[in-house]
Amino acid sequence: MRVAAALPAGDHVINVCTDRYRFTVGFAAGLMAHKISLLPSTHAPEAIRQLKAFAQDVFCLTDDPQCEIDLPKLLYPEGSGEATPGDPSWGAQETWQCPEIDADQLAAYVFTSGSTGTPLPYKKTWGRLLRCVHDGASRLGLLDGRSHAILGTVPPQHMYGFESSVLLGLQSSSALCAERPFYPADICSTLAAVPRPRVLISTPIHLRALLTAAVALPDTDLIVSATAPLSQDLAREVEQRFATRLLEIYGSTETGQIATRRTAHTLEWRLWPGVSLTLQDGQAWAQGGHIEQPTPMCDVLELQGEDRFLLHGRMADLVNIAGKRSSLAYLNHQLNSIHGVIDGTFFLPDETHASSAAVTRVAAFVVAPGLTGTGLTDELRKRIDPVFLPRPLLFVDRLPRNGTGKLPHAALRALAAAHLRPAP
Amino acid sequence: MPDNASPVRQPAPPASSTALEREVADLIVQALNLDVTAAEITPDAPLYGEGLGLDSIDILEIALVVSKHYGIQLRADSEENEHIFRSLRHLVDYIAAHRTK
Repeated sequence: MRVAAALPAGDHVINVCTDRYRFTVGFAAGLMAHKISLLPSTHAPEAIRQLKAFAQDVFCLTDDPQCEIDLPKLLYPEGSGEATPGDPSWGAQETWQCPEIDADQLAAYVFTSGSTGTPLPYKKTWGRLLRCVHDGASRLGLLDGRSHAILGTVPPQHMYGFESSVLLGLQSSSALCAERPFYPADICSTLAAVPRPRVLISTPIHLRALLTAAVALPDTDLIVSATAPLSQDLAREVEQRFATRLLEIYGSTETGQIATRRTAHTLEWRLWPGVSLTLQDGQAWAQGGHIEQPTPMCDVLELQGEDRFLLHGRMADLVNIAGKRSSLAYLNHQLNSIHGVIDGTFFLPDETHASSAAVTRVAAFVVAPGLTGTGLTDELRKRIDPVFLPRPLLFVDRLPRNGTGKLPHAALRALAAAHLRPAP
Repeated sequence: MPDNASPVRQPAPPASSTALEREVADLIVQALNLDVTAAEITPDAPLYGEGLGLDSIDILEIALVVSKHYGIQLRADSEENEHIFRSLRHLVDYIAAHRTK
């Protein structure tokens, strides 16, 4: 209530609080004050500028006094005179009436990068968000009457972290850990410090780091992974070394979470109750359940009966690095919008080619005689999320465009083979 | 942690880099599949963001390499943490002071 009262007049809020507790309180305060949360895929200056065009009254709620986002800012108002569990006045506060939020209230817009240079907004009403997360809590086995401690290694601002490290706790009477530990040693000590049953919400990158680092892994009651599929070997090793169950979640920004699998046992994903997939011209569409409207999925899915499917990787144009999604079309648009770039294209090396690195990065070829690599990278940094900065960025005299101006994949691959060092 | 990086930008002669600096630079280039050679990493240039352009995924990868080769578990709660990745030289100083193998 106190935070809700402090919010300025604008109807739209970008909540960039890094502390999960402050993020959650900020989000709840926004709901009570009928504000709409904007969850962009990146906070790069260009994305913020586009959000301002989308919602002119947008303001930024932050817990970092040095926050550099170019928007009117509200620094998270820290509690004053508020009782905490250690205080004598704790529990003597007036009876708290849980506010009722209309299921149809628009809670958030979540953005994907789109392919034309403009981020695409997706509406999330409170009722559907809750239905999605409630079905998820049920599928994860969190509705067993016990209160779990939920620790996330993912930020609360992206769809997966928003659903699984913020809303999931609210929907399953669980406790959220405010921290977002980064190094393996920090993840393990934070996890070991919370009471069981405990849940770790994480990603393949962090899980792999945890298994590789020489740290003691605490027994954990459930580990959840999303953003990219885990191999069955890695999933089995996680289950064994944490003495745990590992469930993977599949979803998208557009649809929210729609399926889970116990990867150590099966590669088949099981859809959530009420959600169905249909194939149209080879593309899978999801609908029903909490999904707002029939939505094409960005991955190649093979249906296995009514409620099961296999995942065969992303559609050709899409890039997913560490759970951040973009499309080559979007990245190319940004690259070619830079003054001095005559022609340019991003290129996704084959996964096998770069398998020695933990994460496959995008490369880019550019024709820009007047620009330096550093100057161009600095310009790109203003426009796209840093994970998509090309590595390497290669200057060429011309791109291998064919007669119709298109860039055949084979020609790009040949150009890449000529310029990129083979993986050691 | 002593701040070895002078605020005045000095040309960093490769000759002044220590054997450990070269070794760590090599490990970083290998682990991250970078498009530069170890000798091209200026000891005082920032590793994170601008400069070498590393991001948090890379930093996690470097943390694994440091743990494996030098027996150091990096922790975000140590006060030194934000200094460690300021430059190769800072990282190497930290490793030299804390290595267990």
